[in-house]
Formats: sequence, structure tokens, C-alpha cells
Amino acid sequence: MARVLVGVKRVIDYAVKIRVKPDKTGVVTDGVKHSMNPFDEIAIEEAVRMKEKKYAQEVIAVSCGPAQSQETIRTALAMGADRGIHVEVSGPEYEALQPIHVSKILAKLAQDEKADIVIVGKQAIDDDCNQTAQMVAGVLDWPAGTFCSKIEASQGELTITREVDGGLEVIKVKTPAVLSADLRLNEPRYATLPNIMKAKKKQIKKVTPKDLGIDTSPRIEVVSVEEPPTRKAGSIVPDVDTLIAKLKEGGHVK
Amino acid sequence: MCKIPESKEHINQNHIFTNELLPTGTDFYLTDRFSSALQRFESTLVIAEHNNGVLSPITQNALAAATKIGGDVTVLVAGTKCGPASEAVSKAPGVAKVIVAESEAFNGLTPESITPLVLATQKQLNFSHILAGASAFGKALLPRIAAKLDVSPASDVIAIKSPDTFIRQIYAGNAIQTVKVKDNIKILSVRGTAFKPVALEGGSAKIEAAPAGDYKSAQVEFIKQELTKSDRPDLASAKVVVSGGRGLKSGDNFKLLYALADKLNAAVGASRAAVDAGYVPNDLQVGQTGKIVAPDLYIAVGISGAIQHLAGMKDSKTIVAINKDPDAPIHQVADYGLVADLFKAVPELTEKL
Repeated sequence: MARVLVGVKRVIDYAVKIRVKPDKTGVVTDGVKHSMNPFDEIAIEEAVRMKEKKYAQEVIAVSCGPAQSQETIRTALAMGADRGIHVEVSGPEYEALQPIHVSKILAKLAQDEKADIVIVGKQAIDDDCNQTAQMVAGVLDWPAGTFCSKIEASQGELTITREVDGGLEVIKVKTPAVLSADLRLNEPRYATLPNIMKAKKKQIKKVTPKDLGIDTSPRIEVVSVEEPPTRKAGSIVPDVDTLIAKLKEGGHVK
Repeated sequence: MCKIPESKEHINQNHIFTNELLPTGTDFYLTDRFSSALQRFESTLVIAEHNNGVLSPITQNALAAATKIGGDVTVLVAGTKCGPASEAVSKAPGVAKVIVAESEAFNGLTPESITPLVLATQKQLNFSHILAGASAFGKALLPRIAAKLDVSPASDVIAIKSPDTFIRQIYAGNAIQTVKVKDNIKILSVRGTAFKPVALEGGSAKIEAAPAGDYKSAQVEFIKQELTKSDRPDLASAKVVVSGGRGLKSGDNFKLLYALADKLNAAVGASRAAVDAGYVPNDLQVGQTGKIVAPDLYIAVGISGAIQHLAGMKDSKTIVAINKDPDAPIHQVADYGLVADLFKAVPELTEKL
């Protein structure tokens, strides 16, 4: 049976309207609601379903970040992951942490833990990079099934339906493999109170990138973070005729 | 500025140094000069996207970004049938060379087969930049190449400030990030809507064969594609987009939007709610995790305007919202808002246009 490693990221909650710091160094994160990246919830759900179907024997949730990342790992454990690994990265080192670093960390852990499958979300909703799965696969020289909307697992092989621009695509990859979860892959379950209580007893191992031999020196320097240009206030039109007149004025319709 | 010691003046600035050429203890000097030498010779590889017949329009946007970087532009066309795409792209002005790799190995254009081809090409020609459009193809491929080259890629770039400084959006377009890439090779995916496409006429690049090799991957097998068929313009590049949300109430009611779209020669898009409810297929989703569009006119019908949807359309030139809720957030970004029942307003609009 397979061992599945799932990467989960703690991000600012998707419903929060973010604020840019006045000094333009980033966005305000202190005192702001955080939760698990929505795509990672889907990744955990898929891994847990693999376990329920007796395809996977163990699900390991990994998060790289400051101490609070343990809450994200607890959420994954409450959803059904068996144990967690917290790769502690904080302060300026965390600010500069990027998919290239995370992918090397996940790749090393996948080897150390003898994982057959690595699943992450297709992108984190904070940096919007959409790189980690592809880079883990590159580092390990494993095939990648990106933007998965359906995964059928059989011995030594996965049949994957991917969301591509014009529609869907089906590929078969050999395991070990790296997968990234798209929105349509599944509907993540809610952690129930008993499971949240049980998750408190599950083990979370703590390591640092240094323990894993991963260099996290910055490869990209963030020069500035700014507010996007604001749109000029529009107007409410009273009826369809006025709307058409406005569109004609703007040259949008003849 | 550090002063360059006189004893080294004789070294040709354009020369790529090796350690043997320099006395020991000059590491700083070497790195400094090496990086400035690179900046004088930008050379960009654009990985073309095509469907074994037609060049995808986003390649023309990626070429525009490559032109902004300066220096030579080379285009790589890989696939099972490369003739039409390589000929089309060879006519783009500013393209110096088109490299073609035609083989059954590239069936399905899998990153596992194209990555070793790009690495072989990179080894031979030493590009300073590797680019592709930020489509499903580019997003799946570029980070894998970056990992193999041990460089940190920049995703979905919306502007080129200089050969090493790029602008991109974070937090669903709610913040603009300027990044300076420190790695020697810069790998970028390019947001199509942010760069005006390069015309495919006037140029005459030479077409050459790519480095030979066995690129077939045993790890992955392409089975099939199921593409949504439509006579309407492509969503990502349409001039007018009509999008529907949960307010449409059923897939059947999307007919109202198709009728309006036909009048305007528009593409049809959707919010996540409409896709999740099964009204339309996934590939019509506009937003942070779907397609990013920036048409001249975007008409949002029965869409509330969640952060994640706005991320995909708020760079549209003119936004029209038709929503019966006057407090819907979509009205805050709309140039013209019509507070009305869409089931009355849309047919009326279609009829009067």
C-alpha cells in the first residue's frame, strides 16, 4: 500500500480583504485570520479518501512555516491524516521562503519517509505561484499530475483527469508521482469535534530545513508590494436603454 | 562602485571568464563581472504553445514580453506535428530563430518529455531567459524546468521592468509585487492579457532542428483530451465576454447569455458558483483559479463579485454588472451597473442590440 505525503500551507483566509503595509514590504498578516489553503484541504481530502479505499496505508501532513503552522497540521490530522511534520521556518527566513525551497523540503521528506505519492494544492492563494508540485516532481524526477480533477489509483499507476484550458485531459502516470489538486477534485470534509480531539493526540514531528540539509537562502528579492490601481467609480444606470446608450458612447456596440 | 584593479584591465569584458584566467581571491570580482556580462547579452527562449496545427495566441503575448527583455529571441516548437506552428511563429518580427523538435515523444506535450528537450537546448545555447505563456501548458511545464536548472521561477508576470525585475500579482490580484530574480537564468510565465500580442508578419526567422535526443518519457502516458467545442471566440482572448453566475439558476438559462453573446460576438464565461452548480463546464471559469481575462467589455450577469472572481476580470476595460442586488460587490467595480432582474433585462438587452 502507498504512503502519501501531503503539503499544506497556512495562508490568510480566502474571505479576508487583505491590506498592503504602508512601507510597501508586504501585506498585513498580524492579527489577520489565517486558515489552511483551500487547495490543500482538497489535497488532504483526496489522500484520506485513498486511505479509506485501502489504497494508502498512511497519510503524512507537512507544513513549512512558523509555529502557527502546527494549527494547519492539526486541521489536516483532524480531517484524517495520520501524523504531521512541521518544518519550522520563521521570521525573515519565512518571509523569503519560496516554492523552490518548499519543493526541495518536500522532496527530501518524500524520500526520507519513503512516500509513493506527494499531493499538494495546485496553488496557494497568497503567492498565487502554482509551482510547488511541478518543482517537487522535477527535483525527484517523478512524473507530475497537475491540476487534477479526478484520480483513479491502481497498482503502480494513476489515471488522472486534468483541468486544461480547453477542457479536460486524461493521462496515466507511474508511481511514485506528484499530484496537484484542482478545485473540482473533491469536496473536503469538515473536521468533527471528536476528530479534532483525537487529532490532538496524533504526533507532529518538528524539523528545520537545516536538519534536512536544505538551503533556504533567498533566490528572489521582493522589491515592493503595492496596492493595485483602483477603478474609477462607476454609475448605476436606470434601465436597459441607458445601458445601451452608454455602451454606444464607449464604442462597445454600434 | 568598486574600482577595478588595473592589472585586470586587459581582460575582455565580453569574455566569459573561467577561474583559470583569474588570480585566486577574486571571487567577488568574478561574480560581479560575470553577471554584468550576462546582462549585456540577453537571449530569450520562448516555448511555443500549439495544438499540433495552430499556434496558440498566448505565444504571441509571450513573444511581446520577450521583446521587452531585449536581446535575441529564439522560439522552441515541440510536438508531434510542428510545421504550421513553426512557420507561423517564424514570421513574427524580432524572432531570430525557430527551433523545431518533431517527434512522437512529445505526444500530449507532457512536461516530462519537453523538460529534457529544453534542458538540452539550454545546454547548447545558454539562454538568459526562458518564457512561456501562463496557460495550463506553461504553468505545468516551466516550474519543472526551473527545478531541473535549480532556479526560482516567476509566475504570471504582468510587466517587465528590467531583465531581472518583474511585476506580478499576489493575493488574487489584491496586491502588486515587484520581484528581482537573483538566479542567472530567469524563468517566467507571462500573463497573456498583460502584453499586446506580436503580429505574425514581417519577420523571417530561420528554422532549425532542435538538439537530437531520446525525449520519450516512460513515466507518463497521454491518453486523451476532451475539449469543449464552441464556435464562440476563445475566452482568454475575446474582445467581449459575457459571464453568468449563480443568479442564472440553471444550465438551461445560460441560453439567455449565449443569445446575448452571439449578438456581441462575445465569449461566454462563468463564476465558480455557476461551474460548481454544473451549469457550464469548468474551463469557462473566470477568476483567480480559472482564466484571467481582460476584454474591452465584460458583462457580469447574476454574479455577486467575490474576491476570487474579480481577480480574473477586474482589468477589463469596461465592466457592466446586471444584478438585482444593489449591494452586490460587483457594482463597486462596474462602470455601469443595472439593478434589475436578469431574466427580464438580458432578453431586453439582446433584443435591443
